[in-house]
Amino acid sequence: MAEVRAEMVANVWKVVAAEGDEVSDGDTLVILESMKMEIPVLAEGSGRLARLHVAEGDVVQEGDLIAVIE
Amino acid sequence: MLNSVLVANRGEIARRILATARRLGIRAVAVYSEADADLPFVAEADEAVPIGPPPPGQSYLDSGAVLAAARRTGAAAIHPGYGFLAENPGFARQVLAEGLIWVGPPPEAIEQMGDKINARNLMARVGVPVSAGTTEPVTTAAAAVAEAARIGYPVMVKAAAGGGGIGMSAVTGPDGLAAAFETARTRAERFFGDPAILLERYVERARHVEVQILGLADDRVVALGERDCSVQRRHQKVAEETPSPGVGEALRGRMLAAAVRAGEAVGYRGAGTVECLVDTGAGDFIFLEMNTRLQVEHPVTELVTGIDLVEQQFRIAAGEPVSFAPDQVRPRGHAVELRVYAEDPVRFLPSPGTITRWEEPTGPGVRVDAGYKAGNKVTTFYDPLLAKLCVHGRDRDEALARAREAVAAFRIAGPRTNLPFHAELLASAEFRSGDYDTSIIARLRS
Repeated sequence: MAEVRAEMVANVWKVVAAEGDEVSDGDTLVILESMKMEIPVLAEGSGRLARLHVAEGDVVQEGDLIAVIE
Repeated sequence: MLNSVLVANRGEIARRILATARRLGIRAVAVYSEADADLPFVAEADEAVPIGPPPPGQSYLDSGAVLAAARRTGAAAIHPGYGFLAENPGFARQVLAEGLIWVGPPPEAIEQMGDKINARNLMARVGVPVSAGTTEPVTTAAAAVAEAARIGYPVMVKAAAGGGGIGMSAVTGPDGLAAAFETARTRAERFFGDPAILLERYVERARHVEVQILGLADDRVVALGERDCSVQRRHQKVAEETPSPGVGEALRGRMLAAAVRAGEAVGYRGAGTVECLVDTGAGDFIFLEMNTRLQVEHPVTELVTGIDLVEQQFRIAAGEPVSFAPDQVRPRGHAVELRVYAEDPVRFLPSPGTITRWEEPTGPGVRVDAGYKAGNKVTTFYDPLLAKLCVHGRDRDEALARAREAVAAFRIAGPRTNLPFHAELLASAEFRSGDYDTSIIARLRS
């Protein structure tokens, strides 16, 4: 099981993957946006996207859980 | 002169515009989002109106809220600053329809120049050099591939309605083109509401040099000199200077004359900037785009000319002559601007947070346009610009020496800032030599 967490404070701009998707290492799960910069959040490792913890428009803090891959 | 003005913006530029308004005896109204209530620009306005929650779409970009604030305060004019609604012709028209004065160019000029493809075509018609590029919007990846083959690689892929360096990328060959096109199109839609793409020949070893123009109330267009803005990361400017170390007298003469022709071609009124690329290899220049507003880096032009550009904007909007003799502009000395961003100085990633310490440098030739003070919170909702550190000197050596001292004396704690990067830039052999181009930061980071 892998937990994907936010590396910085940002807004959740786009949710690209959905719960239940099969994802591969390096796939974009979510795109964050902070101060006019886009920050893609990538899957580390392959598996099923068991849980997506954020929705578009959320604000995440550094360390917040974004997704769980099993 | 105008009797009152509402500044539809925030941070350092709102503060700077409000300051000139108050100096001229113009009643100055600010609008602010919930995130900005404690920023200096709000306290320094004669009156400040809250206009919504932090997201720009619900505050600074909400034209209804801005116009309601103008009605409520009886503001007679609106100054849009840069970004946000500044180059939105629909908003300019709404302002005029309300019977207010728009401190900016005619909406038609904004429209003409806001569409980069149209702007290029218009410039070509009036004899301003443009690079090889598309004359019609590119709407499919297949069309992009055909266009790129016609233009010749490398090409720059960019949003036709774009700005701020967003959504652009350089492509060296057909393999990368489809992906670059798709990315550009998505970003164009997201940031500018228009997916149209244009392709241009990419100039290697280019300097980004722009010319400041003013369209006067009597229909004359004057050029006030150029600025070199080649120090960029992610296609966004980080430092600017005037005069450009890469532009000699003859080239300067040609560029300023072309910028005047560009302004005349659209019946320009007010402050505008004609952005060009100087091909250092060929020693010539091409038109890139025209920005129909005041630019972030306008202070360096003010420092060498002694002209307050916001004052000229107000005079022109009021139908009055400018405060100086247009044929007697003689720039003196050298000026540099360093943009102080809330980002880490190595990878330039955003660094929001509460400012716990803020001490500005002072001294001869130093001008700081600051958007924040100690205790303010830098949020994720807006661009990362904290302040502009501007320095003037008798010549480039003195300006750079003063800049080095000023960077060392500027103390900001809380968010990370790029001040250490500016120290690195000012110490670098390439920047000191003056012989640099738009890949300077890539080289400093390689």
